[in-house]
Amino acid sequence: MSTARRWIGDHLVLGLGLLVLAYTFVPIAIVVLMSFNDSSESRNVYKFQQFTWDNWLHPGSWADGMAGSVWLSIRIALLATIVATILGTLAAFALARHRFAGRSAANLIIFLPMASPEIVMGSSLLALFVSTSIIPLGFWTILIAHIMFCLSFVIVTVKARLSGLNDNLEQAAMDLYATESQTFWRVTFPLVLPGIIGAALLSFSLSFDDFIITNLNSGQDVTFPMFVYGANQRGVPMEVNVIGTAMFVISIAIVLGNEMVRRRQEKALAS
Amino acid sequence: MSQLDEATPPDRVGAGGTSRDLRLTSLTKEYSSFTAVKSLDLVVPQGQFFALLGPSGCGKTTTLRMVAGLDIPTSGTISLGDTEITYEKPYKRPVNTVFQNYALFPHLDIADNVAFGLKRRGVKDVKRQVADMLELVELSSQAHKKPTQMSGGQQQRVALARALINKPEVLLLDEPLGALDLKLRRGMQLELKRIQTEVGLTFVHVTHDQEEAMTMADTVAVMNQGVIEQMGTPIDLYENPRTTFVANFLGQSNLIAGEIEGRDGDHVKVRVQGAVASVPGERAHSESGRGWLGIRPEKVLIAEAGQPIDAPGDVITGGYVTDVSFVGVSTQYQVRMPWGQELQVFEQNTGARAMLPVGTKVDVSWRPEFAFLLDASQDAKAGIEEE
Amino acid sequence: MATVDAPQDLPTGAGTRRPRRRLTGYWLILPGALWLLVFFVVPFYSLVASSLFDPDGSVLTGYEMTWHIGNYWDAFTQYKGQLGRSLLYAGIATIVCLVVGYVLAYAIAFKAGRWKNLMLVLVIAPFFTSFLLRTLSWKLILADDGWVVGVAQAIHLTDVLNLIGLTTTDDRLLATPFAVIAGLTYNFLPFMVLPLYASLEKVDVRLIEAAGDLYASPMRGFFKVTFPLSLPGVVAGTLLTFIPAAGDYVNAQLLGSTNTKMIGNSIQSLFTTQLDYATAGALSVILMVIIVAAVMIYVRTAGTEELV
Repeated sequence: MSTARRWIGDHLVLGLGLLVLAYTFVPIAIVVLMSFNDSSESRNVYKFQQFTWDNWLHPGSWADGMAGSVWLSIRIALLATIVATILGTLAAFALARHRFAGRSAANLIIFLPMASPEIVMGSSLLALFVSTSIIPLGFWTILIAHIMFCLSFVIVTVKARLSGLNDNLEQAAMDLYATESQTFWRVTFPLVLPGIIGAALLSFSLSFDDFIITNLNSGQDVTFPMFVYGANQRGVPMEVNVIGTAMFVISIAIVLGNEMVRRRQEKALAS
Repeated sequence: MSQLDEATPPDRVGAGGTSRDLRLTSLTKEYSSFTAVKSLDLVVPQGQFFALLGPSGCGKTTTLRMVAGLDIPTSGTISLGDTEITYEKPYKRPVNTVFQNYALFPHLDIADNVAFGLKRRGVKDVKRQVADMLELVELSSQAHKKPTQMSGGQQQRVALARALINKPEVLLLDEPLGALDLKLRRGMQLELKRIQTEVGLTFVHVTHDQEEAMTMADTVAVMNQGVIEQMGTPIDLYENPRTTFVANFLGQSNLIAGEIEGRDGDHVKVRVQGAVASVPGERAHSESGRGWLGIRPEKVLIAEAGQPIDAPGDVITGGYVTDVSFVGVSTQYQVRMPWGQELQVFEQNTGARAMLPVGTKVDVSWRPEFAFLLDASQDAKAGIEEE
Repeated sequence: MATVDAPQDLPTGAGTRRPRRRLTGYWLILPGALWLLVFFVVPFYSLVASSLFDPDGSVLTGYEMTWHIGNYWDAFTQYKGQLGRSLLYAGIATIVCLVVGYVLAYAIAFKAGRWKNLMLVLVIAPFFTSFLLRTLSWKLILADDGWVVGVAQAIHLTDVLNLIGLTTTDDRLLATPFAVIAGLTYNFLPFMVLPLYASLEKVDVRLIEAAGDLYASPMRGFFKVTFPLSLPGVVAGTLLTFIPAAGDYVNAQLLGSTNTKMIGNSIQSLFTTQLDYATAGALSVILMVIIVAAVMIYVRTAGTEELV
């Protein structure tokens, strides 16, 4: 086999993999591109017409309701993340570290929301809210729904991190005169923290980005994804892409920043 | 039950004025499907290097964990001197553990790992003590590294330092040398022994490696399936085993079936395959019925049939060599005896005589004072490690 | 060191009492479990209940519970087209995701070396933009006068797609089943890749090497060793892709036409525009039942029990 063929064979899979990865980024590139688009000529056609900085530089010219929808999405995502992360972390500890009956039932209830179609989850919640008529559809019903589906993801993420920890470490801590509380705060918590933070970030993105469940349970309120969907009929204003790009850049920055801090720490210690 | 003949040094007393021996009484640990530790009785005198030796699954680690407070006994008691600590939380016991996989805190550097116990107890002057301890284990230059950046041997020393710095009354070591390669292990064995002698703490070392136990410990207890088979000094255990398990687990033994004829003065006579062998009274652990006559392979002398044997004792003729292994220091023979059994014979390569080739007809002999007599009801295969 | 001091904090007698059984586990999981119980499990009852409402009710006149099981039959007959289409589109998307996703997961697990973590982050990165915006981008990519359509026409891909019914005319890709399926595939790809990766990561490379040592060609080695070992990941990935995809309607709405309506679209409009809670509820339950049945058959044949 010639060296060229060999090289291709060895790198074929990797090459294909990279191709797939590139494929996943094409739409992102378009979102970024479209954020610089001037669509004032023909609003209804989703197509790149002219380059402009206006979308980015003049938030005042943004379409009515978009800023409000973004603000609503952020508030809901923050609250949902806080609640889901706290409840989910507690539950993850219960599952990973403690004994209790009904464990398999608990595992099932936790796994199901991740695998159910959103339309069914949204429908059932709507049916619940309407038939009990306690809470009017709007901010609070959206929040309740978001906490619900974020919980599962938080639990799974934190539990995975927790299970990976050697439980010898907690025993070693107690052997070295740390009480249960000290063991938790000085050994367990610092080691689980990356998992908790990861779960919180995941929860935030899931909440900010959710559409189907939100759309059914939002009443009169409009979140950002709902705004985009609604605008689709009338002609999507390009400033939505500004938000999309901003979200993307901020998230990537956080992830890469985190990675760089970690690498720098390791370098410092190796010297 | 203890076969110790050393008294506890008088200057080693604890706060209560009496010696702080570790005492396990009828200690039992039962699980739903099996019993790990069966009514264990054990006294570890203060200041001893004590080894708990046995194959995997014999209950030694469970026992250790109960002493550390990481497992709760089903019944029985654990005491240090006059203080009972059976159900005490681990952080309330003056006991520290060196774990098998070290259990170093990955998010803390070496210095913080070592200082952990001191800080939890609110000790002042932590920095100096940590520096001293790191010097003791020769890791001063690595103080600010994280555990993941260190080799296995270094991690092991950190784990040791972290436990030792607290000057516990008992230091528990759970197979701490298992993950190290041979040379490193030998080095650490000597280190541990040196440190223990220097520092004077009670060490309880759990291991399945009989050479390790015999090298380091003052007293060894051999454990099998939840019970202690025999306890004593390494020499005692090796030269005068009381059970077939101990005879086979420590080194190797030849066990020959025989009929016990009875006492004759201070010896016990055994009829073995036609000949009569005698065993000193204190080495006979059965007095009637059938028995296993035991003799260590290195105690068996071998010579070509008819040739004179140096300082012979009981002699058996009629065997022939079926296997020869040159092991450098010694030559290991397998000799088939007239009754079919193959005896192991280890001969030191002094150079006095060439190796006997396979098929040579030989006489074997041993001095009666090296033989031991065991109860025939015991399994002659007990304690033999399956390769 | 001549003397050894015991730590001063040993209380007398405390070492003799057995500790009691602890209920910490229950308290910790209570809030989370309760939340899921009330807002995930209980709503299903409301859903089933609403599906049995009098179909003539409305938000204004109120809904009457009439145990009207006929709702189910009516709903099914009226919307069976959308139901079938949803299962079909989701199924095709899942299969394509499986093939494409497997390549990526395999590349990351075995061929990425020190770029592994980076690539994993890149797989998730698109998640950080809005799902709707990503789907809108496809509108641009597959636009009638875009170069993708041009290339597809040039290589006669459009003719092939026409033949198998994924497009209706040969001059556009948007507003066709192809577009909807392409959107579904794109949006659910990470759900396939991550479980596959997790499963492949656990495969011991030495097993594959052993297969090679025993005269298996790379292809055989893959099918006989690697793929079977990754089966739990395959099962998890296909479930996490198929189930949500079957209920999706955003792709159909943004990229499709009135002929490509999926069941999600119908349920959505029944709830919000037509306010026909009875039929909407019935359809949701039917969808749920079909999915559960399909999953159980699938998991039974695939033979893996653990998913979490």
